[in-house]
Amino acid sequence: MVLSLLTAVLLALFLLFITLPVVSLFLRISPEAFLSSLTEPVVLDALSLSFVTATVSTVIVVLFGTPLALVNARHDYRGRELVDTLTDLPIVLPPAVAGLALLMAFGRRGVIGQYLDIFGIHIGFTTIAVILAQVFVASPFYIRQARASFETVDRLYEDAARTLGASRMTVALRITIPLAWGGLVSGAILSFARALGEFGATIMFAGNFQGRTQTMPLAIYTTMQGDMNAAISLSIILVVISFAVISAVKIVTRRKY
Amino acid sequence: MLAVHAVRELRDFVLDVTLSVRSGETLVLIGENGSGKSTVLNLISGILTPDHGEIVLGDRTLFSDEKKIGIPPESRKIGHLFQSYALFPHMTVAENIAFGLRCRKVPRPEIAFSVTNQLRAMNLVDLADVNAGRLSGGQRQRVALARALVLEPDLLLLDEPLAAVDMRAQTAMRSELRGRIKDAGIPCIVVTHNLRDALELGDRLCLIEEGKVVAEGAPGEVLAMRENGFIASFAG
Repeated sequence: MVLSLLTAVLLALFLLFITLPVVSLFLRISPEAFLSSLTEPVVLDALSLSFVTATVSTVIVVLFGTPLALVNARHDYRGRELVDTLTDLPIVLPPAVAGLALLMAFGRRGVIGQYLDIFGIHIGFTTIAVILAQVFVASPFYIRQARASFETVDRLYEDAARTLGASRMTVALRITIPLAWGGLVSGAILSFARALGEFGATIMFAGNFQGRTQTMPLAIYTTMQGDMNAAISLSIILVVISFAVISAVKIVTRRKY
Repeated sequence: MLAVHAVRELRDFVLDVTLSVRSGETLVLIGENGSGKSTVLNLISGILTPDHGEIVLGDRTLFSDEKKIGIPPESRKIGHLFQSYALFPHMTVAENIAFGLRCRKVPRPEIAFSVTNQLRAMNLVDLADVNAGRLSGGQRQRVALARALVLEPDLLLLDEPLAAVDMRAQTAMRSELRGRIKDAGIPCIVVTHNLRDALELGDRLCLIEEGKVVAEGAPGEVLAMRENGFIASFAG
């Protein structure tokens, strides 16, 4: 009795701790102010840049991550553990470190950047840098989820498909990927959300230029020093997106088969 | 005609079998669980690769370590029915049956024609658009058989074909299966734990123990070997 009361109190306190700050965002701005700040160039630029870059980086993550996850789920090879560890690294690496690392690699004087510079290619402080930073930090979210979903697909279906005349490629496209679909979509959504929220690596590697590298989190950071309404409006949009992401993931991961 | 000699090191023993099946003949493999019966089927259909040996089907060599031949499973033209049937759960009955034809890039009208024929032959017309995950054991068995036979395979491998079919339907399904095998006129290997399967489907019986063929012959002959512990319990 006492125990269950204690649990209820702890639960209530914790939920309050999570929801109160989020609700506060909505309480500190009037609907009119919210709508009017949505027309401000700094907000609009950040919105469109964030959606474009997060979409592109998610597509890149899916294109590279799917084959990698499938190979690691299905084949045992020397160094698989190492590959797994490396693909997971960005999850635990502080974003500031990721940003600096990317700068050291692709910046104008970077390990690779210095050669790109010869051909007049500059990556640091461009929209490309924003995308690279997002790919770097968001890829593990998709790859982990994709690998886990591929592992749940019974190999028997793949074997049966082979005996029916399907090549390895056809098996992947017509059997394994469709059967793992829910997990792949939820992984892609999580990866998109992480890319959308990316701050640290972006500001270090891509800088903070409106319309070019200033994504929503960077715009929040910038506008809160002058125009709090714009900062709160952008935050509200991100809160709504986060809710949508969680619901979407819950819906697509409901098992169908 | 199928001729198999396959050696493969398994976890507990070395599988080493030699067997042959003529066209229109059904060979039944019996033996304890884990004796390597299903592995023999997997080696023939190409899901597993032998360490040594040679597998020849008709005039095609499917595997030979000496000649360095290893035809991939998708090109072997073998119908392999798995114990759980392995119907694709994200496809309808008709899509399951059409799968192999689509992989072979058969034109759509031909696929539709062949699939319809199979659905009729298997009494599955009403279930064509039903999701494969919703079928009973007997229905699954018929879909799996239709899915394999629509490709007109050169060899049929059946792993416990009636194990998931409920008892009452087994007798009818067994004679139906026997009819379809005979119609196909190709070599067929059946793995079973069921005495009636062995007697009614098999032209020849082959007893496998720890990866070796220990007895082979007409069902009556093999089942008369009561000194063997497995046969004694199998034949009751």
